[in-house]
Amino acid sequence: MMAQIQQEKDRLDLAPKKFNMWLFIFTSFMFFAALTSGFIVYVGGRGHGLSLILPNVFIYSTAVIMTSSVTLFLASRAAKRLQFGKQRLFLWLTFALGAAFFALQIYGWYILTYKMSIYFSNPNASQSFVYVFTGMHLIHIIAGLLLILNTLAGSYRNKPQVINLYKMEMSSIFWHFVDIIWIYLYVFLLLNQY
Amino acid sequence: MSTLAVHDHGVVHNDHEHHHTETFISKYVFSQDHKMIAKQFLITGITMAVIAMLLSILFRIQLAYPDKTFPLMETLLGRFAPGGRLDPEFYLSLVTIHGTIMVFFVLTAGLSGTFSNLLIPLQVGARDMASPFINMLSYWFFFAASVIMISSFFVQKGPAGAGWTIYPPLSALPKAMKGSEMGMTLWLISMVCFIASSLMGGINYVSTVLNMRTKGMDLWKMPLSVWAFFLTAILGVLSFPVLVAGVVLLIFDRSFGTSFYLSDIVLNGKIMPFEGGSPILFQHLFWFLGHPEVYIVIMPAMGISSEVIAVNSRKPIFGYHAMVYSLIGITTLSFIVWGHHMFVTGMNPFLGGVFMITTLIIAVPSAVKTFNWIATMWRGNIRFTPAMLFAIGLVSFFISGGLTGIFLGNAALDINLHDTYFVVAHFHLVMGSAAIFGMLAGVYHWFPKLFGKLMDEKLGYLHFWITFICAYLVFFPMHFMGLDGVPRRYYAMTEFPAFNRWLSVNTFITWAAITAAVAQIAFLYNFIHSIFFGKKSPQNPWNSTTLEWTAPIEHIHGNWPGEIPTVYRWPYDYSKPGHETDFIPQTTPFSETMSSNLPHDFEDNPAGLEQYNAWAKTQRSSEEVK
Repeated sequence: MMAQIQQEKDRLDLAPKKFNMWLFIFTSFMFFAALTSGFIVYVGGRGHGLSLILPNVFIYSTAVIMTSSVTLFLASRAAKRLQFGKQRLFLWLTFALGAAFFALQIYGWYILTYKMSIYFSNPNASQSFVYVFTGMHLIHIIAGLLLILNTLAGSYRNKPQVINLYKMEMSSIFWHFVDIIWIYLYVFLLLNQY
Repeated sequence: MSTLAVHDHGVVHNDHEHHHTETFISKYVFSQDHKMIAKQFLITGITMAVIAMLLSILFRIQLAYPDKTFPLMETLLGRFAPGGRLDPEFYLSLVTIHGTIMVFFVLTAGLSGTFSNLLIPLQVGARDMASPFINMLSYWFFFAASVIMISSFFVQKGPAGAGWTIYPPLSALPKAMKGSEMGMTLWLISMVCFIASSLMGGINYVSTVLNMRTKGMDLWKMPLSVWAFFLTAILGVLSFPVLVAGVVLLIFDRSFGTSFYLSDIVLNGKIMPFEGGSPILFQHLFWFLGHPEVYIVIMPAMGISSEVIAVNSRKPIFGYHAMVYSLIGITTLSFIVWGHHMFVTGMNPFLGGVFMITTLIIAVPSAVKTFNWIATMWRGNIRFTPAMLFAIGLVSFFISGGLTGIFLGNAALDINLHDTYFVVAHFHLVMGSAAIFGMLAGVYHWFPKLFGKLMDEKLGYLHFWITFICAYLVFFPMHFMGLDGVPRRYYAMTEFPAFNRWLSVNTFITWAAITAAVAQIAFLYNFIHSIFFGKKSPQNPWNSTTLEWTAPIEHIHGNWPGEIPTVYRWPYDYSKPGHETDFIPQTTPFSETMSSNLPHDFEDNPAGLEQYNAWAKTQRSSEEVK
């Protein structure tokens, strides 16, 4: 019996799983690094610049996602202090802000296509890249939102604190990363506007 | 603390129930046990290898007898071989799918998937992978990818035909050729599943090696096999996402009308709207994965061979640290050499020079490894087991294939050699045959660990010698064809008077290939027969020092009953002077081997050194008394 307990403890070690998340972030980082390098190679090779002014809505979405990182941090802090009500509140806030970010990005696409007539399927692929960057980032946002929902579900089911903190940390690592990636992509696009 | 205790209790309870209710599905199908997943990867990998081998025989027959008809071929392949002669576009599909399956499905998933899964937890002393669930998903994504890839043979126009590198525009325009249609779409879907599988596997391997080593197992006590799997996984984790990026843009070009890779296209006399895209961009993204990929293929094979050669030479591996540093060197360099695949794309000659230099520098760590393998065998007490023969085979192929790499890495020579049979000969020896031999060495060596049985040695020797000789007979003549300028991927050399004279050589190569293929029956029979009727294996059949042989023969969930063994020494204490047996397992503490200890065994252990000195002193004084 003791041996079995020992065995199960080894199997349930959560640190390696958390490490998995960090590694996944590396893969994701490489993916966006490849896309942006692709942009640089494309623009450098063919003389097709981005030549557009990004719609203002992206400033608002940036503000929204940065706020969501703050609320997620507050949720983490509440969880560590065993204030579970507060943790849920901030998690819901983060989720709402994340969803708002999603909506704002889609609205940004709407402005790009319908107001500015800059289409995804475009002979100037550097303009298509704007859609690729935002679209691939939105896929990560969906994953992040699912992780936050999963953390919330764990919290409502009164999972043990170890698990709660673990889920909290997994979603934090990922969400802050997604936030940083957006800032990177946005600044990258801003610097290449002309 | 109280939550922890409650938690433990709950889990033990679950585990108890679990043992009684383990079903066929949870044990053999959706298993989360790394040993079962390793077997699943191996058997799927071997199946894919057999399929890829049969494809190669088909196109070899075409190359040997370009103008003959084989009515049997039409019976078997139907519309793909009208009148008993291969359809030219189907020939291209065969070449493409042979390459894809061998590089990705056999030598990436089949090799890393099998041996990283089996050996990482067993050799570092872990109960299982960091996340057994993700590990299971990794296999099933791989399985789905395999099924989708094979299913492309059953669509109207056949599988993808743009070569395993799927360069646009052939891959980006569905109307370009038969192999650009549905088959190409399936290829892309399959590869997306495959990359997902590969990333999930790789993330797990890295995390397990870094976080889950048993007590005493520091990084410098890990066997070279684990080092190789670890660095391979890092390569995969960093390079596969770049291929995803390339493939995503390709999918947009194919299906959404973007122009990332397309420009100035005229299709069937119609001018297409694409403009401004750059096919070179795809090559950059592809080869940023593609080059590390060849090291993903060869490095696990190198790790396996290092282990097999040391065990069967009964000698410590020569230059353990040098071996690790050269693996690290190869890993790092492999990210900055991709341009050598693109020398003839109109690249700036200065940039070509840079890529040439980085490429040639890889020869240094590769040579270090080769010399170390040979030095390990030098004056060893060699046991020529089938595994050992295959490991030596790897060294042989790696040398003969690696030498031609020095020619091809040269930007000026590559103008002549690019896309000729010289390239085909080079990579089939250096990463194809070498990696396959490493994989087979692994299968023969760890078969007892996988299935608890021994494989038949005589059949193993037969398998080795025929395969080894035939592999050289197939690939060596190709060098001369390449030097004469014979291009790769051509359907019929007889159409070109300049290459006509190579027909007899092609016929010879085809017969050598067929012989090699027939020899694989010896392996398949041996493999399957031994699983069921093989001789029972003892606990440690090769008298090896590493941790996996301390685990019970019968596979149990969690690998070791009771505590995981502690590790005290490096994995290469073979034939240590002063010890009665010719191997000392990693689990034997130095206090039990006083007569064979050496001062440098205690480099990072001053207390141990003091004890050792005291012991040596008493030994000396008792000698004096005598």
